[in-house]
Amino acid sequence: MTINDIKDLLGAQVLCGGENLDKEIHSACGSDMMSDVLAYVKEQAVLMTGLVNAQVIRTAEMMDMLCIVFVRSKQPSQDMIDLAKESGMVILTTPKRMYEACGILYSNGLKGNGELHG
Amino acid sequence: MVNYMAEPLVFHFEVDGDNFTSAGQASVQVKKNLRELGIDPETIRRVSIAMYEGEINMVIHAHGGVAEVIVSDESVEIILKDTGPGIPNIEQAMQEGFSTAPDNVRSLGFGAGMGLPNMKRYTDYMHIDSVVGVGTTITMKVNY
Ligand SMILES: Nc1ncnc2c1ncn2[C@@H]1O[C@H](COP(=O)(O)OP(=O)(O)O)[C@@H](O)[C@H]1O
Ligand SMILES: [Mg+2]
Repeated sequence: MTINDIKDLLGAQVLCGGENLDKEIHSACGSDMMSDVLAYVKEQAVLMTGLVNAQVIRTAEMMDMLCIVFVRSKQPSQDMIDLAKESGMVILTTPKRMYEACGILYSNGLKGNGELHG
Repeated sequence: MVNYMAEPLVFHFEVDGDNFTSAGQASVQVKKNLRELGIDPETIRRVSIAMYEGEINMVIHAHGGVAEVIVSDESVEIILKDTGPGIPNIEQAMQEGFSTAPDNVRSLGFGAGMGLPNMKRYTDYMHIDSVVGVGTTITMKVNY
């Protein structure tokens, strides 16, 4: 699916990176613990999280992710959005809760990528 | 891969220990520098994740410190040095899930006890030199 499909499926709002909505996504993960996200090296293009701080953006950047989805209508600060813009990342925010957001994407064919590095 | 470097390139950073929001800036900069040097993306990813975890540790456990990244013909070496409290039991600290981070750190998304294990996992070499009350120096290497 594309980032645009994710946006539609989650009824999400685009906060930045609108020019990259046509990018293809093959896997995703959902977590509020950034070290857990960093532990899984296999390609994960989307991070879904309820955590809102600059480290979320940097974690996604370290992992070469394409898109961050904030759940429960969380709103990142302008500083966070500016950080994301620097690397061309898409930021979405959805009113859905984490469990539901993950479930919707999973049942529409977007799988996790459960392998630990090394 | 870096072509015939006459001498290794050295990048130096100060890591501010009082500012969680800026933690990770050095790692982001290193990622940019390595990209400009044309290093392969997998190596860049391994270096930047390992350094990022180490940088976060310096901020949440050790009041900041200094970071040095040495890019040579064979590898990228990362040296993280702080004058924090030190690690009393390194073997225990290396275990997945072991953390002394307070709850406020956990609510910021860190403190899951996965940082040091991640650093080990992503690098080809890692050595921790730590003296309680004096500080910690972590050396890591990622080979191309
Ligand atoms: N630079 C450091 N200075 C002092 N203690 C450290 C440092 N880095 C790690 N530690 C200790 O090792 C433990 C495990 O580190 P880590 O695996 O990164 O987990 P976390 O940072 O989530 O607690 C930390 O909780 C802390 O007690
Ligand atoms: Mg840590």
